[in-house]
Amino acid sequence: MPSGLAQTAPPLPEHAPGSGVAWLERAGVGLLVWFGIALIGVPLVLTFYLSLFDEKLILFPPRGYTLSWYAAILPNFGDPILTSLELAAAAVGGSLVLGIPAGIGLSRHRFRGRGIISTLLLAPITVPGIALGLAIYIMLVTIDEQAGTTITSSLLGLVLAHVLITTPWMVRLCLAALTNHERTAEEAAASLGAGPLTVIWRVTLPAMRPGIIAGALFSFVFSFENLEPALFLSSPGVTTLPVAVLQYLEYHIDPLVSALAVAQTVGVAALLLLLDRFTRLGQVVR
Amino acid sequence: MTTAALSLHRLTRHYGTHAVVDDVTLDVEPGELIVLLGPSGCGKTTTLRMIAGFVAPTSGDIHLDGSSIIALPPHRREMGIVFQSYALFPHLTVARNVAFGLEMRRTPAATAAARVADMLRLVKLDPMADRLPRELSGGQQQRVALARALAIHPRLLLLDEPLSNLDAALRGEMAREIRILQRNGGITTIMVTHDQTEAMAMADRLVVMHDGRVQQIGVPETIHAHPANPFVARFIGGSNILEGRLSDGRRLTLPDGTALALASRYSGGGNATLAVRPDSVHLLPANGDARAEGEVTLCTWLGSVVEHVVQLGPDVTVLARGPALGRDAVRRYPPGTRVALAWQPDEERLFDAEGHALAASVVMKETHDA
Repeated sequence: MPSGLAQTAPPLPEHAPGSGVAWLERAGVGLLVWFGIALIGVPLVLTFYLSLFDEKLILFPPRGYTLSWYAAILPNFGDPILTSLELAAAAVGGSLVLGIPAGIGLSRHRFRGRGIISTLLLAPITVPGIALGLAIYIMLVTIDEQAGTTITSSLLGLVLAHVLITTPWMVRLCLAALTNHERTAEEAAASLGAGPLTVIWRVTLPAMRPGIIAGALFSFVFSFENLEPALFLSSPGVTTLPVAVLQYLEYHIDPLVSALAVAQTVGVAALLLLLDRFTRLGQVVR
Repeated sequence: MTTAALSLHRLTRHYGTHAVVDDVTLDVEPGELIVLLGPSGCGKTTTLRMIAGFVAPTSGDIHLDGSSIIALPPHRREMGIVFQSYALFPHLTVARNVAFGLEMRRTPAATAAARVADMLRLVKLDPMADRLPRELSGGQQQRVALARALAIHPRLLLLDEPLSNLDAALRGEMAREIRILQRNGGITTIMVTHDQTEAMAMADRLVVMHDGRVQQIGVPETIHAHPANPFVARFIGGSNILEGRLSDGRRLTLPDGTALALASRYSGGGNATLAVRPDSVHLLPANGDARAEGEVTLCTWLGSVVEHVVQLGPDVTVLARGPALGRDAVRRYPPGTRVALAWQPDEERLFDAEGHALAASVVMKETHDA
């Protein structure tokens, strides 16, 4: 709470050079740090607190506390969770297929049109998700009308949209992984008898590993939590988790969504920690 | 039929209209170690990369053991390359780095393992076989790179500034090690460096390059003693270079009016460039009858040698260097002393305006006893 911030500032080193300005500086920095932590932490803690309320409506103070909302997650959101997981997996697959060759090509070769391709691959970041969703929706409806297909009500549109959104991250991370990597290692491999594909398989891809893992992770989380394109592209039977939550919130204000949010946060955090054991994310993401 | 292991024939590489490598022709004998030496941007590295197959020549040809390899991609040229940056595979152990080329050749596992063990023993790294490259020092990594390149019995060994990343103490040791391995194995080798000491220490023959062109090819002693042009004279051994006008066959007048008496007489006149090595310049007390006279502006003692900077004219200084110890120790003159300069006729080189060496027609009688 804001009133408690000053007291929680970290203690000063005992032998700090005794100038008052230095003390003030340290206190100021400490204050800012704790303010930042509070800004991130307080909503999380409140969400967790709410998810335990034994109430149908969010009333304060609650009558009691319960874990039953957590048990209600799967019965209420099981299908959207499954859809979102499938979608995220497909988005990761798609962005890997596009992003890895693009990363290798852009970092290792100088060719005509390189600038345009680089811009095109990174551009979807700048397009608002809602515009992307609308554009893909219109395209699919047009195709369905002309060809008599039913792509619009399938998962395909969403997969397309999510691949578009996640590929720029994948390309960026693959490029970043390769800029730290000596190109001469690839030339050394070639001189030792490795053909171009063998060089990629034996030297380039291993060097890209941290970038690929980080990119896949980013793509997964980004896709799993992404809302906007799905507002247009969801249809009965293919509703993603964020859309389902939005729909649920239109009619219910109860702690179930809090419980879901906490579960999702814990899941993503666990994934991050796990991956950090295999690859130092800090080296790839700067 | 040529006996050369490697032949470069009129090798040229343009980037746009700029010739980075311009008409380089060179024959390398089997087992020879050739050093391409020159300042950065002289085309030596591009030449090496063309030999390796990483850069396609604009024109010219490369023959290895008598047949053209110009159409072969790098992985079919069977060359071992050692890079300045080591270029080890960071995710593979030392042993697997060395084994990489053998794997590519599908060498049977037992043969490959024996070869890797041999190579690691050769570079004295057998205890490090299971380490990762990042756990090794720079010198050790470079030895792994050397072992990896030699493991495949390369037809040619290419060394791209192999010592530049090592600290000074390690550099000499590594240079000797490479030299011994190369000579014992009779491995034809091309090395690229900008460091003339390194080049002198390792080369059977030197190729001095500048602006994409070969300036001079020869054994280090010859290039040192008889530089073909002012560039080589300055680059190898850091000669004093004095540009002026030749008159009277033996008088060189510099732009600031300073006149020097040359040690030899030359035919012709016009613009000429004099090159004299600092080690050849002897300082004597001023006596009014010398090649040139000047004032000492700096006297530096460097342990085994003494260096004097002598101001000859408003814009002309000359560096003189001589032993500081022993029977030949030179006298040290404090700044402000007027001194006379002297050098032997065979220690001066005069070049015409096109950079061609001028032949001395008459050797003048020496004016000092050195």
